[in-house]
Amino acid sequence: MNQLLRNYPEEVQRILAKYPADRKRSAIMPLLYLAQRKENYVARQALNDIAEICEVSSTDVASIVGFYTLYYDQPAGRYRMQVCTDMPCALRGAEKFLHELCERVGIKEGETTPDGLFTIEAVKCLAACHRAPMFQVQGDGGIAFHENQTVEIALAWMDEVRARVKAEKEAAA
Amino acid sequence: MAKDVTLTIDGKTLTVPAGMLIVDAAKMIGVDIPVFCYHPKMEPVGMCRMCLVDIGRPMIDRATNQPVLDESGQPKIQFAPKLDTACTTPVSEGMVVITQSQKVAEARKDVVEFILTSHPLDCPICDKGGECPLQNLTMGFGPGESRFQFAEKMHMAKHVPLGDLIYLDRERCIQCARCVRFQSDVAGDPVIGFYNRGRSLEITTFSEPGFDSIFSGNTTDICPVGALTTADFRFGARPWELKTAASICSHCPVGCNTTVNIRREAGQDGKISIKRIMPRQNEQVNEIWLCDKGRFGYHYAESKERLTQPLVRKNGELTPVSWDEAIEAAAQGITQAKDEFVALTGGRLPNEDLFALRKLSDARGGKALLYSCMGGGDLIGQVGLASGSNLGELGKGSAVLVIASDLHELAPIWWLRLKAAAKRGATLLVAGARPTRLEEYASKVIRYQYGEELNVIQNLLDGQMPEFTQAENAIIFFGGEGMDMLGTSALAQACTSLLVQTNHIGRPNNGLVPVWTHANIQGAWDLGFHPSASLARNLASAGVVVVSAADPAGDEAMLADALDSAGFVIVQELFLTETARRADVVFPVQAHFEREGTFTSGERRVQRFYPAIYPPAGTRPDFNVIASVAQKAGHAIEGRFASLAFNALAAEVPVYHGLDYTKLAEVSAQWPIVGRSDLYYGGTTYDNNRGLGVHLEPACQKPGWHAPAAWAGRLPEHTFDLAAMNAQGALWLVPLVRLYDQGSLLTRSPLLAQHLAKPVYALHPETAASLGLAEGDLAQIDAGANGLVSAPVTFDSNLPRGCIFAPRSTGLPFTHAHGVKLVKIAAAAPVGD
Amino acid sequence: MSEHILLRHRDIANIDQLDVYLKHGGFEAFKKAVTTMQPADLINEVKSSGLRGRGGAGFPTGVKWSFLPTNLWPHYVVCNADESEPGTFKDREIMESNPFQFLEGLMIASFAVQANLSYVYLRGEFWQIAEMLDGKIAELEKAGLLGENILGTSYTLRLHTHLGAGAYICGEETALLESLEGKLGQPRLRPPFPAVYGLFGKPTVINNVETLTNLPPIVEKGAAWYKTLGTEKSPGVKIFSLSGCVNKPGNYELPLGATFRELIYTHGGGLAEGRTVKGIMPAGASSSIIKVTQDSLLDTRMDYEAVAAIGSQLGSASVIVLDDTVNMAWLVSKTVNFFKHESCGKCTPCREGTFWMNRLASRIAAGKAAPQDVDLLDDVAKQIAGKCLCALGEFSVMAVTTGISQFRADFDQFTAQPAQSPAEKPEPVSA
Ligand SMILES: Cc1cc2nc3c(=O)[nH]c(=O)nc-3n(C[C@H](O)[C@H](O)[C@H](O)COP(=O)(O)O)c2cc1C
Ligand code: SF4
Ligand code: FES
Repeated sequence: MNQLLRNYPEEVQRILAKYPADRKRSAIMPLLYLAQRKENYVARQALNDIAEICEVSSTDVASIVGFYTLYYDQPAGRYRMQVCTDMPCALRGAEKFLHELCERVGIKEGETTPDGLFTIEAVKCLAACHRAPMFQVQGDGGIAFHENQTVEIALAWMDEVRARVKAEKEAAA
Repeated sequence: MAKDVTLTIDGKTLTVPAGMLIVDAAKMIGVDIPVFCYHPKMEPVGMCRMCLVDIGRPMIDRATNQPVLDESGQPKIQFAPKLDTACTTPVSEGMVVITQSQKVAEARKDVVEFILTSHPLDCPICDKGGECPLQNLTMGFGPGESRFQFAEKMHMAKHVPLGDLIYLDRERCIQCARCVRFQSDVAGDPVIGFYNRGRSLEITTFSEPGFDSIFSGNTTDICPVGALTTADFRFGARPWELKTAASICSHCPVGCNTTVNIRREAGQDGKISIKRIMPRQNEQVNEIWLCDKGRFGYHYAESKERLTQPLVRKNGELTPVSWDEAIEAAAQGITQAKDEFVALTGGRLPNEDLFALRKLSDARGGKALLYSCMGGGDLIGQVGLASGSNLGELGKGSAVLVIASDLHELAPIWWLRLKAAAKRGATLLVAGARPTRLEEYASKVIRYQYGEELNVIQNLLDGQMPEFTQAENAIIFFGGEGMDMLGTSALAQACTSLLVQTNHIGRPNNGLVPVWTHANIQGAWDLGFHPSASLARNLASAGVVVVSAADPAGDEAMLADALDSAGFVIVQELFLTETARRADVVFPVQAHFEREGTFTSGERRVQRFYPAIYPPAGTRPDFNVIASVAQKAGHAIEGRFASLAFNALAAEVPVYHGLDYTKLAEVSAQWPIVGRSDLYYGGTTYDNNRGLGVHLEPACQKPGWHAPAAWAGRLPEHTFDLAAMNAQGALWLVPLVRLYDQGSLLTRSPLLAQHLAKPVYALHPETAASLGLAEGDLAQIDAGANGLVSAPVTFDSNLPRGCIFAPRSTGLPFTHAHGVKLVKIAAAAPVGD
Repeated sequence: MSEHILLRHRDIANIDQLDVYLKHGGFEAFKKAVTTMQPADLINEVKSSGLRGRGGAGFPTGVKWSFLPTNLWPHYVVCNADESEPGTFKDREIMESNPFQFLEGLMIASFAVQANLSYVYLRGEFWQIAEMLDGKIAELEKAGLLGENILGTSYTLRLHTHLGAGAYICGEETALLESLEGKLGQPRLRPPFPAVYGLFGKPTVINNVETLTNLPPIVEKGAAWYKTLGTEKSPGVKIFSLSGCVNKPGNYELPLGATFRELIYTHGGGLAEGRTVKGIMPAGASSSIIKVTQDSLLDTRMDYEAVAAIGSQLGSASVIVLDDTVNMAWLVSKTVNFFKHESCGKCTPCREGTFWMNRLASRIAAGKAAPQDVDLLDDVAKQIAGKCLCALGEFSVMAVTTGISQFRADFDQFTAQPAQSPAEKPEPVSA
């Protein structure tokens, strides 16, 4: 059973409708974002689901996951905090920011906090060079920019998220 | 036709068709431009940058549109600031290409150096070592020493199974994408791909079950390094230890040209054994490809179970005896028999042996029978594919109809070539009762119900598909799926009428091609063997039966019983088959790898194969056995050498007149050139220097031929009525030929074990439901003289309703389509049991 | 500058709202084009405006449009909103804050080549922008400006966004098309060019966001007006993304031909107290570094020709200022690492060469290299140059060769002490 089709029937159709009917392959990338929405990574089953929808092989879909950096084949933290440390940002202190942030959070770059909420990573230029230090957050099916950062602001945001997640959990319980 | 252009390469002037790429043009005048990613059978991609050359073009005066001339009156040549890729640049008028200069040499050195920075240089333990383009190009153009610190090399997995047949060494891969492109563009199975990017690119599969494609072996030939190897040959031998013998694949009617690589085995007292089967170029047959059945399905020849001594029945037991005794016994059996003599052959007996058998049969006033369920072979001699045809040339203006045959399973290389023809613009019509893989590439799919095949042809005759009937050239491939002998005969006749009436015979790229189930069925028809609609009766009533290269008793209990009732039974075999067990005399014969001979392909190309390995002691070739027995029985038949046997055949059988082994061994230039300097193809496609074979002319290609008037009539609508049969509670049982069956040959290649078809009854789920059958249930067919036959039920919603599909040669005794009743005898075992 | 032509949101509040945009003359240009102009006239108007592509290559936009064969259909327009060159962040501001002018430009381009289906290919990180644009597109459909029979004519147009997913190479137009077709973002061979064989194998125009955003004012006010801005060969205005060692980094819309000094000092607030300009990268990480040996170099005009004349490139005008604290060996290790990370892997020199350069450059920057490693780095860079399939590989060596040749001392500083252990452990390689 195609889980993607079952979970997101309208969205799948809306995505397919963007492309000519004989060009379903174009829908692979948007469908991968859809597949990543809940877990923040592409599970094996999703490869097959997308392959079926787009009429390609699972290998063709996997190749896309492998090539593009915003798709993941492994789970990580619920929020990926991706700090741009590329040259223009580095000229404005991004490397130092990342270093201190990691130190304060108590993990190394590339690692995930023990609560499984945050993975901190260094990434290439995000088109926000004038507002460095900055990071983007990939999670909950979307991406948001956090610009003109200091370590304090970033930590405060992380606390906010923790509190929100905790509240959600309690509400669900 | 493209117009010609004249250009200069390294000072030599040449004229080639416009559109040709510089690499290919250079090849024509003996200039080898090194390549890695380029492959002449695939679209250029210009990735590896190995083929960089200096390209100049005449300067054109914008005002006059004329070339600018220098002082000496020669056109001024303007060279681009950068080198460009010879593999992607088409030739143009007046172009000047320089491949031998300091600048080009440096570029080659640079590119090789880049590739080597990430290559393990483990040539001493690499299967490709000795036939590796990277190795050769490194010798030719590489830097003397490494400037890349070895300690910084990236290390990656070296033994990655991509499937059960193909292994990947990630370190050796140079990311040329030949394998990926082959699988998606040529084989139509995009099951391997790149993962990651940049320096981390690697070949992977995420398909299930992995790299599973019947053409997978070809990727190991075209891999320009040792990154892809077959599970069969991996660590098997060093290429320079190998000797070669030219052969023909004996598995299907395509007749792929092969090279058998052999080596003396130290571990086996110096015995010569087969290390691998490789394609041998024949652009008119298999180009440079081979399917995995042809590549891996050779192990039977070296099976320990081979028969090596004649057996004669004594006191009810088959007892080993000397050859003389066995021949004597056989001759006696033949001469003393009162009732009719019957010769029965399967589809893999070479022509020389068939001819000898036919002669013996004639001398005894006997019947020459072919063990096959398809009819129509005599029509092929009349209107078969015309000599001079080449499927590789079909394109716009040509039409092909494939009816009642699943080419992917039956004749993979035809499938590949027709797919390519469709891509080049040929009209491809695929008519079938169920979906097959060729349909993906068809211009039109014609779906019919079993029994309505003739109707399809009548519709074409009525002009319903002008794209076929009015095409410049047209070819029909017909098979026998879902039909019996009479049904296929009628279909062959209908196809013949269609081709004759639309004037698609007697010219190259026109005619009728039978999709036989075996390699030499056409040869058998040409030499006067015919299938019988009442084989069991023929056998049972015979005084003597000689069976060669067929196992009827293994297929059907009814035929086993018939053989039991026959008088004297002589069997010539490789293995002690069910048929051999019932014989009075069994002769151990030789596999085609062990002797000389010829096969005639479905296209009617007669091709020679050569001995590759020594036959097991105690075996003889079939023709020799037959001649020896005949001589004892008082008939003179040529049996000394295969070549003489062939000469005798050629002298007597009109279509073979003028042929001999020398003629069959002739070769002419082929394009693309594969045999030279290893730089072009990857080193492991063999040049053909042992013969391209001869395409027999069908009768209609000769002057003065007239189509019989009887071929003009209307066709009957049905050969049978599926709906009426279903209404009476019966289903149409369709035996399906599968590529990997469980016949006596393939079961001896353990490598293919996982791929072999299993005995099942496959049904449309609705048909199954109407019979109260669930997937996995055990069901039974009352097969009359063949007894009660049970098998598990599987579902396949692609299959038509009202039918049962049973794979052939898997132990189920069904060889031709017929009506049956299916009943459930046991429910599926619960999961976990 | 008095009034912005592209960054109009800086002058007019809420211009990202349709009613506000309409009130300020929004979609008049599109209406004019669709209801009063022939596609050919429109192409000619843009041709004579002299507008050049703002994505980096500076190719005349109208000329590019005129290459589309009129016997092959359908045509497509694809907007390149991949904006991934380090130091570039202008397209983002346009789309975020002045989205309707951008969309109107895209619609004008689509009408000019009679495309009925056009795409905006955004880098995946612009996820929120894509969501927002989807909303704006829906508004336009509701307003009858998109969809069938637009403004009562027979013209039909639909727009869609398509998100990339983290790959700089997808800014290269043929890699972008591959990506939009659901394949790996690897460049195609050219020829055939996208104008003939583009998206789905059909004639396609690919234009940058900023290029398109110029179209409504050009159509509205005319080519002659546009040519009064900028220089003769580089007419019009340009958004300069200023970053690096300046006090006020950001986007500045100036006429082409404005000087570096104007940008850096008049608009960018100059450098930190006591710092001087050591070098400038005018086209992001892909630039040849301009060594500012004398103050007068800052008076170089920022147009395609003048910047080329001093040995660099204007590219997408992402001006990165490097002050005297920046070590160029470090800088080169950063740019090389970027290209190594972004190399698509299709062609050998770029795939292997950027990897090798990265090894060397990071070894040098870490102070673990021998002096001859600098020469080797230079050699490897030159060995890559001129052999790649696409411009990414060629870009990757710009900073390396110009950095080493002009700032050798910065490199030697790291290799003064011969390294203790020449090779570090290979870093684990991942995407
Ligand atoms: C490696 C590479 C990256 C590029 N990235 C971008 C980009 O992010 N945005 C862009 O508009 N053009 C980019 N380009 C240029 C495009 O290939 C193309 O020239 C441009 O989109 C054409 O639009 P224009 O004529 O409007 O400038 C890039 C080119 C290369 C070689
Ligand atoms: S230059 Fe780099 S990015 Fe461009 S094709 Fe080659 S490997 Fe890919
Ligand atoms: S680039 Fe020409 S052979 Fe690879």
